[in-house]
Amino acid sequence: MARRVTYNLPLLLLAAIALACLLAPWLSPYPPAAQQLLLGAQPPSVAHWLGTDIFGRDLLTRLLYGGRLSLLVGLTATAVALLIGVSWGAVAGYVGGRLDAVMMRIVDTLYALPFVIFVVLMMVVFGRSLLLLFIAIGAVEWLTMARIVRAQVRAIVHSDYIEAARCLGLSRWQIVTRHILPNCAGPIIVYTTLTIPSVMLLEAFLSFLGLGVQPPDASWGLLINQGVETMEEYPWLLLYPALALTATLLCLNLVGDRLRDRLEGSAVGGDR
Amino acid sequence: MACKMLSIRKLNSSGALCCALLAALLVAGCSGGERRVDSGTAAGVLHWGNASEPASLDPQIANGVPEQKILSALWEGLVGKHPVTLEPIPAGASHWQISDDRRTYRFHLRSDARWSNGEPVTAEDYRWAWWRALQPELGNSFATMLFPIVNAQAYWRGEIDDFSQVGVRVVDPLTLEVELSHPTGYFLQLLDMPTLYPLHRASIERHGAATARASRWSYPGNLVSNGPFQLAEWQINRRIVVAKNPHYWDAAAVALNQIIFYPTENTTTEERMFRAGQLHYSYDVPVNKMAYYASQRPAELVVAPYLGSYFYRFNTRRPELADPRVRRALARAIDRRQLTEQVLRAGQLPAYAMTPPNTAGYYPPASAEAQLSFDPAAARALLAEAGYPDGAGLGPIEILYNTQDEHRKVAVAIQQMWKQHLNVDATLQNQEWKVYLDTERRGDYQITRASWIGDYVDARNFLEIWLCDSDNNRTGWCDPQFDQLLLEQLPAATSQAERHRLLQSAEQRLLDGLPLLPIYTYTSKHLVHPDLNGYTANLLNQPLFKQLSLVRQPPALTP
Amino acid sequence: MSWALLQLIARRLATAAVLLVVVAAGTFALIHAAPGGPFSADRAVSAEVETALAAQYRLDQPPLLQFASYLGNALRGEFGPSFKYPGREVSELIAAGLPATLELALYALLLALVVGISVGALAASRPGTLRDRLPMGAALVGICLPAFVLGPLLVLVFGVYNEWLPVSGWGELAGDKLLPTVTLAAGYAAYIARLTRAGLREQLRQPYIVTARAKGLGGAAVILKHALRGALLPVVAYLGPACAGLIAGSFVVETIFQIPGIGRFYIQAAFNRDYTLILGLTLFFATLITLFNLLADLLALWLDPRQREAL
Repeated sequence: MARRVTYNLPLLLLAAIALACLLAPWLSPYPPAAQQLLLGAQPPSVAHWLGTDIFGRDLLTRLLYGGRLSLLVGLTATAVALLIGVSWGAVAGYVGGRLDAVMMRIVDTLYALPFVIFVVLMMVVFGRSLLLLFIAIGAVEWLTMARIVRAQVRAIVHSDYIEAARCLGLSRWQIVTRHILPNCAGPIIVYTTLTIPSVMLLEAFLSFLGLGVQPPDASWGLLINQGVETMEEYPWLLLYPALALTATLLCLNLVGDRLRDRLEGSAVGGDR
Repeated sequence: MACKMLSIRKLNSSGALCCALLAALLVAGCSGGERRVDSGTAAGVLHWGNASEPASLDPQIANGVPEQKILSALWEGLVGKHPVTLEPIPAGASHWQISDDRRTYRFHLRSDARWSNGEPVTAEDYRWAWWRALQPELGNSFATMLFPIVNAQAYWRGEIDDFSQVGVRVVDPLTLEVELSHPTGYFLQLLDMPTLYPLHRASIERHGAATARASRWSYPGNLVSNGPFQLAEWQINRRIVVAKNPHYWDAAAVALNQIIFYPTENTTTEERMFRAGQLHYSYDVPVNKMAYYASQRPAELVVAPYLGSYFYRFNTRRPELADPRVRRALARAIDRRQLTEQVLRAGQLPAYAMTPPNTAGYYPPASAEAQLSFDPAAARALLAEAGYPDGAGLGPIEILYNTQDEHRKVAVAIQQMWKQHLNVDATLQNQEWKVYLDTERRGDYQITRASWIGDYVDARNFLEIWLCDSDNNRTGWCDPQFDQLLLEQLPAATSQAERHRLLQSAEQRLLDGLPLLPIYTYTSKHLVHPDLNGYTANLLNQPLFKQLSLVRQPPALTP
Repeated sequence: MSWALLQLIARRLATAAVLLVVVAAGTFALIHAAPGGPFSADRAVSAEVETALAAQYRLDQPPLLQFASYLGNALRGEFGPSFKYPGREVSELIAAGLPATLELALYALLLALVVGISVGALAASRPGTLRDRLPMGAALVGICLPAFVLGPLLVLVFGVYNEWLPVSGWGELAGDKLLPTVTLAAGYAAYIARLTRAGLREQLRQPYIVTARAKGLGGAAVILKHALRGALLPVVAYLGPACAGLIAGSFVVETIFQIPGIGRFYIQAAFNRDYTLILGLTLFFATLITLFNLLADLLALWLDPRQREAL
């Protein structure tokens, strides 16, 4: 029973953060870009729970709106990675043989590409379009997903029940979608929960280099980066965005870990 | 920590390595006691934050401000600038004569002026350097500084092949005569610019063609210069060391033994380096640190007016911005005082004209401030008059700026002021530097951020960019009368007063046409260690390194 | 060394060569498609100067020809002159920045491996106790803390408030390598600790370990002699991506600590449109990552008998 509670706590917190960000326009009394230049940076108060930034903008509001962007980047890029990675891995794993060898060789090869460097280059060259950011990050992250799915599919394809399904005359498409992919769901979900935080970190990294989202919009990465510059004068501008990002990443990692432990536990028999 | 290490050691053989590594690093770390500035002061070594890695130390190729700092330590022109007043002072030339028609200058070189290899500096060294500066294949972006000289522009354009027709003449090894096409009051100032420094021909030609950009003559061991310091060491992205030049004619007066320039492009890091005693001088001060230094360590903060204007360009080719009334309305809806005091907070001056006030005695037209000062009601009236009552139908207008925090702050503030006072929506678009330059040059914008830093102290330098065919105009604004004032009437001016009057009329025409939105006049801001003596800020932000010295000051008591 | 292994290496190197050409082509297309050229500046350069410069750097030739001659030169080991730094060869710039970057990455990797594996093993040996929970919790936070937050925090505490360590530089002042190394290593140490712990937990469940334990071998001995070797496989597999990550991380750390490495060059070169320098650096990074991946795979072969047989 105790384990269920700890299992749910990160998930609940995550849901709360996501919901708050989603409902930001209704939760916050301040528009995200409204400045009060005369107010400037103020520490947390009753009117501004988390204080204001140097433009006098409400930090909580910026944090909630920033969360929308960060989560959006995280989710969309992960979805791109998921889509490419799962289809690639499933095809390679299911068809096997030469095609498998070729497809996985491509994955191996792409692994050696300095993708982060390409992302940096693309951001410099084509400006900081959000769409590009999603695609670029998604394009980096799908490789591992393809490997995981392919390995899982290889393992399942040769199992008895797939043989049985084949004998029953199910089409390839039916076998893949009805039997194989659902059986791969576990590792896919686990890896997905672990991809989202790494994508969010990558976005923060790009923000540090000045290649992230465009002001006046802000992601958590950008808020943290701006907070770092003024951490001695206005520590709250670093503290709260950093807390938000770290808490979210922590929760995602915890959820992913627990999921994985549970899946592996059930597979091996488990000694927990 | 140690306890945990031990248990790891029991467990894992690599634990021993781990312990050793960490311990070694920690011991190595904790042993460094003395601050770099203290040992520097004792040894006469100045540690200087210099913003970025120089592209080149060839005076005719390097064009950035950080490069100019290093070059001014290595070289000396015919005439220098006084570090406070910026008035001409003798340098490579001990004295000079100006003809009555103020078109011919005769410079008498010091007989004891020497290159860093001991050879004498001659008039031919100047003439040859200026010949080299006028070769287009060198890619010298400051070649225009030589254009006041007779035929220099024609030679540079390839209209004449014979350099002897250009107005530079070697009278004898120690006398150089220069003939200008018309009287140019600021000519003496130009002689202090890197493009007009003398060059040591033999050492350049030893390393390739005279006009080859990719020559290695300006690297340590090869470079021969005539200034108070000589190049000693250049470690890419790490440091450039210049050491006292024993052959310099005024070597006895040079107090510093070495200057070490650090490429400190990250100002936050630079400020921490200063605070931790790793620098005597910082290239810049982060805005957020201004309040701290102003209140806690005011003696170390040096803020001074800087000869530079920060403004926006209006693209007058765009129909919505073609009407000067719209441009004026936008200009009058900006509270510059609030912008400089609340947002920028580094002592910048609100600007209502193109030229900074007191540019060598010149002031923009007195009526400028009244014409452009913050007046929301007048701005709304102008906008209504132009056919956009309450901002209806105008906008959204896009402000383009190159990606940088300070530009964003200004743009965000202006965006809000227009919304509040004019009900005009503005959108912000930032582009990376080179992309922004490209967009601006193609004229594919509505409003762009811009700035102009004076090359020399003269209002003409600020106004000439608005000439019809100037490559730096970029707004589509063209006023033949403005051109006529600057190109025809100004050169004929016979007195300083008349010159200023003509410049004022030209600036008035510019402000009537208003292809620009003046915002503020720059300040330079630096952190300067108390040990550094002889440093005074000036309008060009140009130190005179030979006058600096390091003297140990008793540590100030922290309040 | 077996024939199969040699074949594998040869095959991998051949693919890598093809890949590098693709990388070069991609980068070349990307930077030439970018608006703005290497010589554009705020102060307009006149048309005469622009033509002269374009001719000097052969920018007036058709792009395909430019690329072909670039490849030809690159094969001979000439990466051309830098645009931004006249007189400097790209190879010279890389050579100047490489020692600092490599040293930083190497120290960080070593620190991360040593700390990560030790802590991970420590945690795995007593699952569920404070000795497990505490470091693993710290590791989780470590993963989630970006280097650009950790770096300035360390600088302020150890460099500015207490002047124990220099706040910048590399190999200039005593101890200036410590803070950058720790900053870069932290995230990787945390990740490796988690990988090691997970791998060990997995291995300790295997029958052979259970047998060894039944024979009376103690906990530490079992972990050291038997389990760790198998448990390190995921760590080794992680080394390839870690190498790529360390290079990207060096962009950040080199900026924060003003380290004269090649990471700092890269961003600047892209902003400056220093075509040859970008190309040279990209190719160099790609080669480095490819070689490191190959090395990691060979290490995995050595550690894992099953993979060896599969050859």
